[in-house]
Amino acid sequence: MREKPDVLQGTLALMVLKTLDVLGPQHGWGIARRIEQISGDLLAVNQGTLYPLLLKLEHEGSIASEWGASENNRRARFYRLTASGRKQLQAEAREWEQTAAIIARFFKIKAEDLA
Amino acid sequence: MKFLRRFFLRLSNLAAARNADQRLQEEIAEHLALQTDENLRAGMSHAEARRQAAVKLGAAQAIREQHHAEQSLPFLENLSHDLKYAARMLVRSPGFAFIAIATMALGIGATSAIYSVIDATLLHPLPFPSPSELVRVEDDLSGVGAQGVGISIPEWKDLQSSGIFQSLAITGTGANVNLTGAAQPLRLSFKQVTPNYFAILGVNPQLGRTFDPLDPTPGYNLEVVISDGLWRREFGADPRILGKALRLDNDVYHVVGVMPRGFRDQGTTSDEQNVELWLGAGFAGLPFPPPRRSFRLASRAVLARLEPRLSVAAAQERLDALTASLKKQYPADYPPQVNWTVRLIPLSESVVGSIRQSLMLLFGAVGLVLLISCVNVANLLLARASVRGREIAVRQALGAQRTRLIRQFLAESLLLFLLGGIAGFGLLFCTGHFLLRLVPESLPHLNAIGVNWGVLGFALAVSVAAGTVFGLAPAWLMSRSDLIGTLRQEGRGSSGSRERSRARQVLVISELALSLVLMVVAGLLLRSFWDLFQVQPGFNPDRVMAIQTWLPGPNDPSADIYRTATQESVLLREILRRSRTLPGVEEAAIGDVAALPLGHNHGDLNPLPLLREGVETMDNQAPIIDSPIVSPEYFHLLGMPLLRGRLFNDRDLEDTPRVAIINQAAARTWWPNQDPLGKHVRLRLDSREPSSPTGPAWTTIIGVISDARTESLSDVAIPQIYRSVYQHPAKNVAIFLRGPLDPSAISAQVRAQVQSIDAELPVFHAVTLDEVLSASLSVRRFSMEMVAFFAATALLLAGLGIYGTISYLVNEQSREIAIRLALGAQRSNILRMVLRRGLVLSAAGAGLGVAGALVVSHLMSGLLYGVSPNDLSTFATVTVVLATVALAASYIPALRAMRLDPITTLHSE
Repeated sequence: MREKPDVLQGTLALMVLKTLDVLGPQHGWGIARRIEQISGDLLAVNQGTLYPLLLKLEHEGSIASEWGASENNRRARFYRLTASGRKQLQAEAREWEQTAAIIARFFKIKAEDLA
Repeated sequence: MKFLRRFFLRLSNLAAARNADQRLQEEIAEHLALQTDENLRAGMSHAEARRQAAVKLGAAQAIREQHHAEQSLPFLENLSHDLKYAARMLVRSPGFAFIAIATMALGIGATSAIYSVIDATLLHPLPFPSPSELVRVEDDLSGVGAQGVGISIPEWKDLQSSGIFQSLAITGTGANVNLTGAAQPLRLSFKQVTPNYFAILGVNPQLGRTFDPLDPTPGYNLEVVISDGLWRREFGADPRILGKALRLDNDVYHVVGVMPRGFRDQGTTSDEQNVELWLGAGFAGLPFPPPRRSFRLASRAVLARLEPRLSVAAAQERLDALTASLKKQYPADYPPQVNWTVRLIPLSESVVGSIRQSLMLLFGAVGLVLLISCVNVANLLLARASVRGREIAVRQALGAQRTRLIRQFLAESLLLFLLGGIAGFGLLFCTGHFLLRLVPESLPHLNAIGVNWGVLGFALAVSVAAGTVFGLAPAWLMSRSDLIGTLRQEGRGSSGSRERSRARQVLVISELALSLVLMVVAGLLLRSFWDLFQVQPGFNPDRVMAIQTWLPGPNDPSADIYRTATQESVLLREILRRSRTLPGVEEAAIGDVAALPLGHNHGDLNPLPLLREGVETMDNQAPIIDSPIVSPEYFHLLGMPLLRGRLFNDRDLEDTPRVAIINQAAARTWWPNQDPLGKHVRLRLDSREPSSPTGPAWTTIIGVISDARTESLSDVAIPQIYRSVYQHPAKNVAIFLRGPLDPSAISAQVRAQVQSIDAELPVFHAVTLDEVLSASLSVRRFSMEMVAFFAATALLLAGLGIYGTISYLVNEQSREIAIRLALGAQRSNILRMVLRRGLVLSAAGAGLGVAGALVVSHLMSGLLYGVSPNDLSTFATVTVVLATVALAASYIPALRAMRLDPITTLHSE
């Protein structure tokens, strides 16, 4: 039995994994910025909450990290997706799409369709 | 499951927690730096850039804390904090810590010491595969008062085919055999076993093989398996030992195997445990008597392996059914009045047997000591509560929760008890060698006793359990202190709550009661031991030595040069004649080992059915009686007076009418209100005696001697019938010498004399009867000494306890006392007031203790001798001693109270 993560956290984890999947290895700040960029102002994420999440994902083995140098030559920790993380991403993406599709169908429905 | 997984994840986080937190901190700092750079690039001022970055990040500290709480176990962390704090508190009051730890070390060390003995003797599994299947089978004839009479060969065969056992082996119980051929004839302990013996035990030899379990040889198969010890000692661990011929009692045997180093025979006697030779035998052909259904020998034991998954109780049930049907089938062999029964005893139990009660007593006693030391430490903890009242109050005022406080005090007591436990174990570890020397040699599994990991585990478990139980109450009481009251008081010393002082008094009372119980037990054991020590044994062991030899009994009786009493008497008379010429010897006599008072084992006895003329007609209906064989001088040498009739003389020979002498107990038991002199009895033939077609001849009773405690000091008298060695040959010969002997030289002197007559006779086991007497009391002495030591410890602890409590009361009341003194109270009144407190406490403790002691003394009445469990003088003495100690202990603080200087006291408050 997997614990059902609360929506926000689960969503954030998915975003992190997807970001790493698309962009390759990134440091924490980079991930935060990408998420902000992509979601625009719609998502007011406290950037600080990202780091406990990164630690947790790493502990679970979905991502791995190593030291590297950032663009302006600062020492920074770079995160990359692991094989099991990629699998998790695919599974969760599928799950998410299913959920979204179901919800979408509910929203499309009109009274006469059920007559 | 999920909970467990999370728990372990968090547990592993605990170790990595510092790392994770540090990393989080680093990453956040790094993030802030990057964001600040970005903001600067966007054109913000330096300060603004930093501020915006921080705002965007959110509350960093809160994130860290939340992460920490999510990933860790606050309970364990608090525990480690508490333990650190507790350690600091202990270091700050080293005196208290030392006393508490020393008390616990004493309690736990003593308990672990006894536990190590119990672990080795009672709890140790036997070193054989599936040990629970192994049982001893014992036959009893309870109708004629005989236990462990041995098994007959037809009975053994019936049991073999009963389906209850995988297999049964008949064995001897350890006997002598002479190994000749080397420079010096050696007497060795051997055991004749049926060939399936080792297969039943499931032990393989380290060299060669054991016996073929299916070997059908009726007599000895002339194969011998030897012990590792003998192999190394006598044969220099020769790897080519297999096939070597050994001359044992003049017969030639071939070595077929060597048992592994750790293998020891499981027996009840040391002779049996030290067996070094195993001879394979079928017990059915020469030299064994022909197999008859009612022919049993006490020197035969039966070892069996039960069918797998058959419990001992279930097996016993099926066995009872089997014996019932056998009795029906052979009514002539099992007359109802003898009541033949067969008992199964788990092998592990039969080995420890009688020692269990003594060990449980010791464990109980040491448990009481432990309890008292725990109570003492709990008392000390409470005493500290009053000193620390202010600290507790301040912490509560600052918002410490009560459960948190309790947890912290508990951590303190746990630490204290654990340190005590470790110190106790360390003490035991260092003194183990010395302590082992106190353990009597007769204890089974003596070699297995050791201070090992199991004992350490036990010590730690006891410490934790005691620390939790005895830490909880003080912790609970301490956390209940009256916050406002304590803080309002200006001085450091706060008057503790009434509850707390009541708790302390309860503790002291229970301590006094427990030590009274222990002292009564010790007193009763001491009285029993003393009575036994003082008991008139009925024989005079003074200046008497016994030295043994063994006359070989070859398998072919006609090859036995000592076959008949007449043949043997030549040797014995010569031994006696020469012995009398040895320096210091005043008297000499001969007997068999059964005649060695207190020095023989059950298997050495040769109990025979006693058929009285005109009363019993068949062997198997007759009562069983011990029948030592002695020379005419024996009774005079041992100082056993003749009451009626005459003793043996030199004219009672093999070809003159058989005569016997009985003791009073036999006369009382078998000829009540009659004159036993001149009565005729028949004793069934010994297996060694040449059988005559007409059966045993009538034996006439010619004398009655007074009773002697030759079987056990605690048994007044057991019926005995003595026969003359000149009429009945004996193999297990003991030479008795009286006079001012030199025990260190006599053995060699006797050996020289005996071997100058027959160079193949070994001479061994020279002991003084005083040694034998004292050895027979060794287990009793051991438990008495131990319990007495524990009682003394308990008394000391109880004294300390009452001293502490009264001092504390005096301290607490010092202000009141000072005021009284200032107002003109008599100092003697103050003294009396304090002493009264001590008296009340000790009276309450003594009352409770006497009640408890009565219960305990009745439970252990089986271990007492000659003293009633309600012995008034013991109870009175112990109570007086305890009261005296308690009063003396309260006298010191009472004096201090009396000498209080009112002015300084009132000023200091």
